[in-house]
Amino acid sequence: MTTDPADMSATPAAAATATAEAAAAHAEAVSCTGLTYAFGETKAVDDLDLGVREGEVFGLLGPNGAGKTTAIRCITTLLPVPAGMVRVFGHDAAKERMGVRRMLGYVPQQLSADGGLTGRENVALFARVFDVPRRERAARVDLALSAVDLSDAAGRLASTYSGGMIRRLELAQALVSAPRLLILDEPTIGLDPIARTGVWEHINAVREATGMTVLVTTHYMDEADQYCDRVGLMHRGRIRALGTPEELRQGLAERKGTDTLPTLEDVFRDIAGSGLDDNTGGGFREVRSTRRTARRVG
Amino acid sequence: MKSEAPAAPHAASADRALGKDTALLLTPPVPRAGWRLLPARVLAMCTVELQKLRHDRTELYTRAVQPALWLLIFGQTFTRIRAIPTGGIPYIDYMAPGIIAQSAMFIAIFYGIQIIWERDAGILNKLLVTPTPRSALITGKAFAAGVKSLVQAIVVIVIAALLGVALTWNPLKLLGVALAVILASVFFSCLSMTIAGIVLSRDRLMGFGQAITMPLFFGSNALYPVSVMPGWLQAVSKVNPLSYQVDALRGLLLGTPSHLGADFGVLAIAAALGITAASSLLGRLAR
Ligand SMILES: Nc1ncnc2c1ncn2[C@@H]1O[C@H](COP(=O)(O)OP(=O)(O)OP(=O)(O)O)[C@@H](O)[C@H]1O
Ligand SMILES: [Mg+2]
Repeated sequence: MTTDPADMSATPAAAATATAEAAAAHAEAVSCTGLTYAFGETKAVDDLDLGVREGEVFGLLGPNGAGKTTAIRCITTLLPVPAGMVRVFGHDAAKERMGVRRMLGYVPQQLSADGGLTGRENVALFARVFDVPRRERAARVDLALSAVDLSDAAGRLASTYSGGMIRRLELAQALVSAPRLLILDEPTIGLDPIARTGVWEHINAVREATGMTVLVTTHYMDEADQYCDRVGLMHRGRIRALGTPEELRQGLAERKGTDTLPTLEDVFRDIAGSGLDDNTGGGFREVRSTRRTARRVG
Repeated sequence: MKSEAPAAPHAASADRALGKDTALLLTPPVPRAGWRLLPARVLAMCTVELQKLRHDRTELYTRAVQPALWLLIFGQTFTRIRAIPTGGIPYIDYMAPGIIAQSAMFIAIFYGIQIIWERDAGILNKLLVTPTPRSALITGKAFAAGVKSLVQAIVVIVIAALLGVALTWNPLKLLGVALAVILASVFFSCLSMTIAGIVLSRDRLMGFGQAITMPLFFGSNALYPVSVMPGWLQAVSKVNPLSYQVDALRGLLLGTPSHLGADFGVLAIAAALGITAASSLLGRLAR
């Protein structure tokens, strides 16, 4: 088991960035060491080591059922983990839950705004539960709404929003407390290409403005390639490859001995579809995980 | 190389990206300390409930139909039959506090279903990732149910007054009525959130909700005095918080003899126990 995640990328390109890595090593936004979480017999996350550096956009990629959501739920304190496995800016997720939560903005996989409230009320709720004082509440809420371009729709009920608007509204909910770490679980799932770009543009603008760290999962390799500083490819509960998108593609090119640079999707196929696999297929899992709550009993 | 930390250029680009003064979105709010956290969270949840009621009052109106029918049909008929010993007051007056309590209870029992719905929709998860301890979240939800029940109770009180029930208009007593309705709703909503934490699915909770509301209602003094009940039902009524709520409402609204001290004591203890039970099971809903 490697403690330095850079080892896993296993490319000469990684060596070239080693100095830069040393410079960034001082600040880890998230660090998981040996993170393991099982639902009964299913080991959803299996001995995961992960380090997200302060200020970067880190993409957690992987096929359906890889354990991305479970890992994220451990980091957000939603799932109980033993002490020492998860740290957020140095704070232990098991021992300092409140402290960790105060630094997080979290957007879950489902679209989760409250349709019975207006956009502004949705955001104001999160301002309240993060202890934003009354005198700056309205200003903060308006700022968060305008950061995601929802100022005009803020007075409408969220049930009238499109999928892309709800995602941006959730982004505003997460931003209103000025988190240091933004955790987005498949922020673009189920969105049309234009809405996807819209969501990413807002994520980028906000990050540029605030310098916050972003941990994001996605199935779309083109998005990861375009927007993530570094990505980790997860399969069956573990990180199988880690580095900048460029490094991973170079690495595959060298292993295959090809001249044309493969896409990140090729890297993904290489890892998720490799011998590691008695692939149970994404279809069933995808259905299962979206319907999980309906099926989950006992 | 070391000085090239990624944090440096951000302040400068802030204005360009978001256009306005973004200082507020860069400074995390100061955490509220110790005891001030709980009232703040309760207030936040109650605010949300009132905002939702303001946007959509259909539920308020549709849920007013049933109590109105109870009072209109059951109340007027039994007033004429004089079959139930009410201590000298018209039967419709006697049952009005019972119907008020019943309609508040239905709202509160529905709350467990709402929390499962919020879990399924991801809303609960998001709230659980805020600096809100589970007990504070449950207390907030429970008092939000109390506020919603209170609004419903006011509607039913108005209907009762329109039907000629002689109710008090003493503001102090009405304040006591509000307190009794809220405390009881805290208990009933926690009861249903506790069951939600055990059964975890909406369908099963619906079944449970229906299975317990009727016994709670008929096993109380809402429609008839305890003295006319068979012994086993009297025992049920003794441990049924609804009976204490109805006793308090009757005493306050109609001025009939009651045991306000015991009533409020039992309701407060029941509410506290309910909050404890529901908070300890909330983690199961998050998984
Ligand atoms: N609440 C649960 N109860 C039981 N099993 C679960 C639960 N949540 C997840 N699992 C299982 O754990 C494994 C990992 O699931 P997880 O949701 O973390 O994957 P994922 O990488 O997020 O997948 P997706 O891309 O489909 O969202 C899967 O096999 C899933 O079936
Ligand atoms: Mg997932």
